[in-house]
Amino acid sequence: MRRVPPYLALFAYVVFLAFPLLWLLSTALKTPQEMALTSPTWIPREPTLANFADAFGEQDLVGAALRSLVVALSSSLITVLISLPAAYAMARYRSLVSRIAVGWVLVSQVFPFILIVIPLFLIMRDLELVNTLPGLVAVHVTFTLPFALWMLQGYVRAVPRELEEAAAVDGAGRLRSIASVVAPLLAPGVVATLLFAFISSWNEFLFALVFLQDPDVMTLPLTLVRFTGPEGVARLGPLAAASLMATIPSLIFFAIIQRRLKSGLMAGAVKG
Amino acid sequence: MTATVTQPAPRASRRETSRQRREMWLLMLPAMVPVLLFSVGPLLYGIGLAFTDARNTRVHQTSFVGLENFTRMLADEQFWSSFQIGAIWSVTVTALQFLAALGLALLLNMNLRFRSVARVLAVVPWAMPPVVIGLMWKLVYHPDAGILNDLLGTDVNWLADFSLALPAIIVVGVWTGMPQTTVVLLAGLQNVPKELYEAVEVDGAGRWRRFWNITLPQLRPVIVAITSLDFVWNFNQFGLVYVLTQGGPGGRTRLPMLFAYEEAFRYRAAGYASMLGLAMAIVVLAVLGLYLWRQMREAR
Repeated sequence: MRRVPPYLALFAYVVFLAFPLLWLLSTALKTPQEMALTSPTWIPREPTLANFADAFGEQDLVGAALRSLVVALSSSLITVLISLPAAYAMARYRSLVSRIAVGWVLVSQVFPFILIVIPLFLIMRDLELVNTLPGLVAVHVTFTLPFALWMLQGYVRAVPRELEEAAAVDGAGRLRSIASVVAPLLAPGVVATLLFAFISSWNEFLFALVFLQDPDVMTLPLTLVRFTGPEGVARLGPLAAASLMATIPSLIFFAIIQRRLKSGLMAGAVKG
Repeated sequence: MTATVTQPAPRASRRETSRQRREMWLLMLPAMVPVLLFSVGPLLYGIGLAFTDARNTRVHQTSFVGLENFTRMLADEQFWSSFQIGAIWSVTVTALQFLAALGLALLLNMNLRFRSVARVLAVVPWAMPPVVIGLMWKLVYHPDAGILNDLLGTDVNWLADFSLALPAIIVVGVWTGMPQTTVVLLAGLQNVPKELYEAVEVDGAGRWRRFWNITLPQLRPVIVAITSLDFVWNFNQFGLVYVLTQGGPGGRTRLPMLFAYEEAFRYRAAGYASMLGLAMAIVVLAVLGLYLWRQMREAR
């Protein structure tokens, strides 16, 4: 009987966490007629997938999703490519530069983005990069970089230096010892960092809002927000359907790293 | 981790270290270019802009105005109300996030059935794009088609009500930020050495005393770290509230970030908005500094 209160508490948490999600799902499966009922229903009487089809037809959601995919893929690949060497240097050489880099990682977490977004907008405008996807990619790379660096240098540190030295004794050059000894051990960490960078870019809203003003280049979060414009109840179904679809990539990502979250990722990221 | 710390060989030749240094710069360079170009540079530029009358339009001669933006800010009623809302929002959300997450982490650390269901659910909000979270809660709060009015038997337009809009978005803020905090606290709980509990068990200490005398002190560094981070994230929140209320009704949920955004991109007052951004940075640094300093003093 002593176990009852904890179960009640756990149940309360589950309800609080789950009910908005279930409501989103329920809304996505309802017909416009059912949406207009005065007392809303939890379980749709005639579940329909029409909202998903409608969502695809409206507002160029497919185009927006493709653009988001391009931006997220390119920015995550570039982020990892350029932060990997730097992370290696940060983990292996103790110097002023790597200490400054660590400091920057922390500072970049504290400063309000608005202070950077305004001058960045002026710079991007002069470089003719406003309303272009490469411009957004550059910004996303810059702002995922600090945390990616932090994660990667943690993973590099976890690879024993002795392994590298052993390879060097065997006559392998530095690059070869890195390629054949360090790289395979780093692979899981690199994948985790890639996924992290992908999701940060896929979810990002503020920079996209500032830099993409032309509907033809907007990414998925922006297009979703435009969806809400006219507050018709009939449009809530497709909106819910589109929102669900926009969540799928992130859910896949978290499903993959769920187990690592508890220990690995946090240890790599927080403790270094 | 100490085993991997780099110790330069005691008599490394000078040529060796300069080669190493060159190598290091070469490795750091690709990451440094974008950071300097799109992050450090703009940050300094932004701090500079705060002291000019820069406008976000193509035809405008920007000139240095000294502290004019600062005095204008102090006289601006909207600034005070926005920062007040920001303070209420970030302190309340951070505190509630922490309490809710601590409770959940303690439960997840117990040997309960269905724990794995809760564990998966606890991470889902983290995985969702903030914009989608905002839209989802808009559906919950919707005056006609939303579920909340039906559940409570009320007829309230939650997000448009002058006194209820802020509490309503605070609930969303807690829902959104709880997962990270829970995961971090849970990791901290699992790192508390079991022997400590065994020792007091012999003394016959109750559950409450075990929590108060061992769990909390052991968790302290983790708690300080995650609440500081949560505070910064919450104070700088934008997307979620932009989607939910756009700062309305009547500015009742206009967080500092939204205020600065409007000034910069709706009214095109880049200089003034930069000053607002600078003020936000100062507030965050001051609060963090004070908090960390007190925590460090108490820990000693």
